[in-house]
Amino acid sequence: MDARLVSEFRAILGDAGLVAGPEQLRTYECDGLTLYRVPPDLVLLPSSTQEMQAVVKICHRERIPFVARGSGTGLSGGALPIKGGVVISLTRMNRILEIDVPNARVVLEPGVTNAAITAAVSGYGYFYAPDPASQVVCTVGGNVAENSGGVHCFKYGVTTTYIMGLEVVLSDGSVVRLGGKTMDHPGYDVVGAFVGSEGNFGIVTKITLRIIKKPETTQTLMAAFNSISEAGSAVSSVIASGMFPAGLEIMDRLALEAVEAAVHPNYPNCQALLLVELDGSKREVELLMEKVGPMCKSCGATEIRLAKSEAERMAIWKGRKAAFASVGRISPNYLVQDGVIPRTALPRVLGEIERLSAEAGMRVANVFHAGDGNLHPLVLYDRRIKGQEERAMALAEDILRLCVEAGGSITGEHGIGEEKKHFMPVMFSEADLNAMQRLRAAFDPYQLCNPTKMFPGTDVNFQRPIAYEPHPIEKAGLAQRY
Amino acid sequence: MSEARTQMDQAWTGLNAIVGRENLRPAFAADAVDGMQPSGVIAPGTAQEVAEVLRYCNSAGLAIIPRGGGTKLWLGNRPQKADFILSTERLNRVIEHAWGDMTVTVEAGCTIDNLQRTLKEHGQQLAADPMRSDGATVGGLLATAESGTLRIRYGAIRDLVLGLEMALPDGNLIKAGGKVVKNVAGYDLTKLTIGSLGTLGVITRAVFRLHPVPAATATYSTLLPSASEASKLVLAILDSYLVYTGVQIRAQRADQVALDIRFEGIPESLDDQYAKLGQVAGAHKFERAGDVWTARQKLYADANGSVISKCSVLPAQIGLLCDAVFRCTGSAVKATLVAQATGVAEVRLDAAGVQPLTGALNALREEVDRLEGTLIVEQCPVSMKQELDVWGTLKDALPLMQQIKEKFDPARTLNPGRFVGAI
Repeated sequence: MDARLVSEFRAILGDAGLVAGPEQLRTYECDGLTLYRVPPDLVLLPSSTQEMQAVVKICHRERIPFVARGSGTGLSGGALPIKGGVVISLTRMNRILEIDVPNARVVLEPGVTNAAITAAVSGYGYFYAPDPASQVVCTVGGNVAENSGGVHCFKYGVTTTYIMGLEVVLSDGSVVRLGGKTMDHPGYDVVGAFVGSEGNFGIVTKITLRIIKKPETTQTLMAAFNSISEAGSAVSSVIASGMFPAGLEIMDRLALEAVEAAVHPNYPNCQALLLVELDGSKREVELLMEKVGPMCKSCGATEIRLAKSEAERMAIWKGRKAAFASVGRISPNYLVQDGVIPRTALPRVLGEIERLSAEAGMRVANVFHAGDGNLHPLVLYDRRIKGQEERAMALAEDILRLCVEAGGSITGEHGIGEEKKHFMPVMFSEADLNAMQRLRAAFDPYQLCNPTKMFPGTDVNFQRPIAYEPHPIEKAGLAQRY
Repeated sequence: MSEARTQMDQAWTGLNAIVGRENLRPAFAADAVDGMQPSGVIAPGTAQEVAEVLRYCNSAGLAIIPRGGGTKLWLGNRPQKADFILSTERLNRVIEHAWGDMTVTVEAGCTIDNLQRTLKEHGQQLAADPMRSDGATVGGLLATAESGTLRIRYGAIRDLVLGLEMALPDGNLIKAGGKVVKNVAGYDLTKLTIGSLGTLGVITRAVFRLHPVPAATATYSTLLPSASEASKLVLAILDSYLVYTGVQIRAQRADQVALDIRFEGIPESLDDQYAKLGQVAGAHKFERAGDVWTARQKLYADANGSVISKCSVLPAQIGLLCDAVFRCTGSAVKATLVAQATGVAEVRLDAAGVQPLTGALNALREEVDRLEGTLIVEQCPVSMKQELDVWGTLKDALPLMQQIKEKFDPARTLNPGRFVGAI
């Protein structure tokens, strides 16, 4: 990058707001999708809206594309740098600005981590509902960009349900306030349009979100089954009975093995494990939970365990939330997919996945949000064996195709990013994609905001490493791969 | 004049060719929108026909007013132009109730009541309670983003939509979102479209997520001597473990404020909730109440000469809003307020003439601005609309919204002038 520009950025941000050394830049060369890497030319770390505005104005003047980045836990390469562009990191904008308990609102900067919100409001009896598995590390700004979900969104909804207002720096450097603290605002739902736009519409500098009152009680039950389809039919009976569980998760044999090896949650030994979580008023939850056990039994459950304490409950979830990372224990490499299907298609699609996996001679572990049909097939492979990575990618794509054919989606929560952009035409027509491009042009006519992601045909400028190289943070023992 | 007539004649011929003669008729006086008289009413039978009609009108420079049940046609500013009403009345089928997946795919012209009837066969519902469910259609509900008393538990209508199909002015039929509960592929064009008052495209089909019909429902009410006490009790309820599906305030005078709460669930838990309500309410006694949840709907009955506005403030400001309403109205204007605990309130003003109504409305708008809330005039005498932007003044987001309109409907074919900033 032009030295003149670097010093211009430095004048705005100071030395602490700039990363330019080749070694440090490597920290930013990829996000959670480590398959793709591009070392950025420069990383900027503004610490206020004013600084953000000033650096974006320079990018706009010089037509330098920029990629916003939170903690870099994204799984679709949304924060992958762009050659000739800069990365703008939000990690220094990490203050909680206001906690308004009576109105159940929190105003914060985008670099605050997801889990920090609940930590800040839990003393008042409140929590922030979207809970992606990476919640201890990932930022709210990243959650807004990806419209993140989590294990409780069947009942509680995803990020977009909770975002009330945004302060955004657009690609020309103008600052706009969209939405606000109150419920309704005249005009287009620009907040709703912005959430999930994967960094294509601008950079968020302030977020107003809604927290909710913790339920009086929460109960979690584990049911062990001899097959996934039995577990699936138990899910159907629970839902058909009119219950609205806060969580419904299934893990298959392979995923259970991995989790057991990694975090020892002491799950029952079985082919498929179902977790059912009910929350709400104590009396209602107790009465309903009494019915869940027998429902599972009649679908073939061989063992049923109800968590007896909060500690037991947390142990159950710890296993589930560590599932992706744990797979590293049973396979040198793996790909995570994120397809969604209508819940009733579950037995058929899982059968198909099994068939595809056998055909390809590769193992697939399944972890999924059964309530909302969000699958997370983990394709296990060994990069050292020639051709395996390509075969794993091909298998993962076949699985996504299955999801679309079943009337579903190619991504439930991880986003399109770099990873799935060439898959967009499988799900959307040219006219659909064109409509999305129009919306993008309204926000970013200059195509400076993360321009190479989301749509097919944009430059593929990543470099594939020859062998797996651990991320510097990982090497330092500060993070596990999710 | 004759040139204009020739153009209109051509339009009739062109549109007849798309939908068939029996589905295009001259407009009557009753089809006028805020006094703006269209020349015809066109009723396409398929989504593709909707798209063709839009394409035709867009290139011919004709303005379209999309219409569902026509129950809320008074919403918005007076249209600047209205050549044809595009009625979705023939797109009225429930395409697929996937009850096992708790989703439904339905055409835009289906009425909410008809939809709910189908869903009920499998014990499910769309968790929305619009004002005129007998006449209001799916498309109209989405275009106006109307949310009622259930919002506090189930979310706004935007939170219940999984996907949409819509026709754009350029004649393309697009889909946004999908059929599954979780889906982040591509931008969220569904959110953009919901509440856009038909100014970006015409919704032809929607997919909703559904909820079970509750086994039992119970409503309780209490009467409080002031808005501030009602507000305090609302906040206590919001901060409690009570699991409600509606919390509402009703007032026709400052010193008589009713507070309603609704519980849904299994019968055993309803008794338990009522007992807990007693603990939260302290000295205030709640009694079993009848039909209080249609209070919003009743505001709109015989409201031709009235002003009805929707105010959005914070939950903790409901009491302040309530007091402001009665402070602004004085003796010449009668006010009725129905507020949800989400902070969204509907306020009806009645008076003998337009002048006192305008005065009260302006005063109320100032008060709401002071609370940093928003106020939309949902209904008022047409004569008032000449001097009033019903949406109020937008802040810095307006240029962005104008850009969005420009990208989707550059020729301003759809509802010109009716939405914010005369979009």
